Amino acid sequence: MLRFTLKRAVLMVFMLLGLLAITFTISHIAPSDPAALAAGPDANVEMIERYRVEYGLDRPVYEQFVVYLGRLLTGNWGKSIHTTRMVWDDLLAYFPNTVELVLFSILIAIAIGVPLGVIAAVYQNRPVDHMIRILTVTGVAMPMFWLGLMAQLYFALYLEWFPLGGRIEMMTDPPRDITHLLMVDALLQGQFSTFVEALHHIVLPAVALCFPALASIIRVNRAEMLETLNQDYIVNARAQGLSTFRIVAVYALKNAMLPTMAIIGLRFGWMLGGTVLVETVFDWPGIGLYAVQAAISSDFEPIMGATIVLGFFFMMTNFLIDIIYGVLDPRVRDQV
Amino acid sequence: MLSIEDLKVHFEIGKRGRDRKVLKAVDGVTLTLKKGEAYGLVGESGSGKSTIGKAALHLVPITGGRLVIDHEDLTRIDQRSEKKLRRKAQMVFQDPHSALNPRMTILRSVSEPLVLHTPLRGAALQARVAELLETVGLSSQFLYRYPHELSGGQKQRVCIARAIALNPDLLVLDEPTSALDVSVQSQILEFLKALQAELGLTYLFISHNLAVVRYLCRRVAVMYLGVIVEEGETEAVFNNPRHPYTQALLKAVPYPQAVQPDKGPPLGGDIPSPVDLPPGCRFQTRCPARVEGLCDKVAPPEIQDAGGLVRCHLFAEAGRASG
Repeated sequence: MLRFTLKRAVLMVFMLLGLLAITFTISHIAPSDPAALAAGPDANVEMIERYRVEYGLDRPVYEQFVVYLGRLLTGNWGKSIHTTRMVWDDLLAYFPNTVELVLFSILIAIAIGVPLGVIAAVYQNRPVDHMIRILTVTGVAMPMFWLGLMAQLYFALYLEWFPLGGRIEMMTDPPRDITHLLMVDALLQGQFSTFVEALHHIVLPAVALCFPALASIIRVNRAEMLETLNQDYIVNARAQGLSTFRIVAVYALKNAMLPTMAIIGLRFGWMLGGTVLVETVFDWPGIGLYAVQAAISSDFEPIMGATIVLGFFFMMTNFLIDIIYGVLDPRVRDQV
Repeated sequence: MLSIEDLKVHFEIGKRGRDRKVLKAVDGVTLTLKKGEAYGLVGESGSGKSTIGKAALHLVPITGGRLVIDHEDLTRIDQRSEKKLRRKAQMVFQDPHSALNPRMTILRSVSEPLVLHTPLRGAALQARVAELLETVGLSSQFLYRYPHELSGGQKQRVCIARAIALNPDLLVLDEPTSALDVSVQSQILEFLKALQAELGLTYLFISHNLAVVRYLCRRVAVMYLGVIVEEGETEAVFNNPRHPYTQALLKAVPYPQAVQPDKGPPLGGDIPSPVDLPPGCRFQTRCPARVEGLCDKVAPPEIQDAGGLVRCHLFAEAGRASG
């Protein structure tokens, strides 16, 4: 187990390097001039050149890459041209919002998806199962941004149940940063009205974001449940006189949850990188919104920074899932 | 001990409405097991033999007939009688790998029935499980192992330990050796025989392996398409098979000699679908002794005589003469 963990950790470092190299190359061969953009429309050639030298953009790409890696390791992630702040500070401000949104969203997906998957399997090919299948097909097929827009239209504008977008109201003072997760910080400091307000804001984007994950969790869980329920040890549990509820909810679900766990982890990673659309629709101050704005203004440092953070967390999620899999499944535990 | 009368297990398959069909897995089976006897149930796959075993434990819904275990009618069960049934009858499955929860240690798997039906807990529970493992020939070092760490034979022993944990009277053994290596098969068989003598168990032994049934069982019933076609003392049935199907089954057993004795042509074709049963005798589509105009029209009578039971037109005359 320890060797397996170490092996995966070393592999992760190389994957991260590869990711950096690819993103760096792509952003530097893109046909736009960040120096000119940074200097502004009224700048003359001299001013643009001064910017170019200041940001080191006049040097060869590989040299820039090596310099950049060195800076990353010393904690200097560069400066964003369009926010004029340090990228590290920007990421610390934006990324936790994304984490909060994705965590909340995946929790909804798990809380609804796992029971629905179980129900669909237990009532296989009955009306309930068909209804759940319609939900999953819709969830996979529906574009998130469209779902978000419709939710805004109906629940925010028409019914006025939820705010249209944003993280909290303009006039509310955010709580002091402890964990950088706004809702957690608000709770820790006893600011319940702020917490409720933040919760109120997170519902619509989280629901819009959770649909694809919800759909795949239901489908995987249903398939795994069906397979597990046909195993002889389930039949035997009935022969021993275990109640149907215990058999389904404890025995079968526990064994079916392993592959479901894997899909939850994967979906979590995808959601981290895929929140751009939802964040844009709901004006959610997350890393997706930040990265898109940076990309529009050819602002390299924030793009790189956001890519590293997202890539790192995506790999981390998969890494953790592998470890958890090993801990939960005695068969995998002994193999690795 | 176990008495089944005119048992029927039908499954509805297909969609609702016109496409709906009835699969007659077991269609009117009567058999009686005396206390302490090993009773064999043989037949091809799809003959319904496993379904009978499962129906006896209420693991499949019973469509019709009567199920009596230990003088108690258990055709319909409620919570209380179900609990009684679970203590009296247990099952051992064909594939021990699939019959053990991969996430549970051997200790947990075997203690499960004890936790459900007895007040044993803690050290006493563990001691009982260790004792059960010893009964099946496994040392207590297996207590904290997981199924994947055990061999097939060891896993099957664990399954047997779990099945006898509550001192049941009846064990349904559903092909308990056919997923094992041949060398392990004989070990398990010998062990099952010894266990039966020791605990006075009643076995309903389901198998397609005739040699195994002959070794273990005193009486045997041959099933075909949901009905019993022949029944009797094992030696009588095997030495002097009467039903054409039993004769064909015995012919199909390979001999260990290089030169095979001439046994005539083997049985052609496959077992028909239990959804579309052939008219008349169920075996008529494959029967070498088929009588045109009789076997394909009239269901054969059940003939009970000193030699046992046979369901075939060939014996109708003889039966009538002697009866």
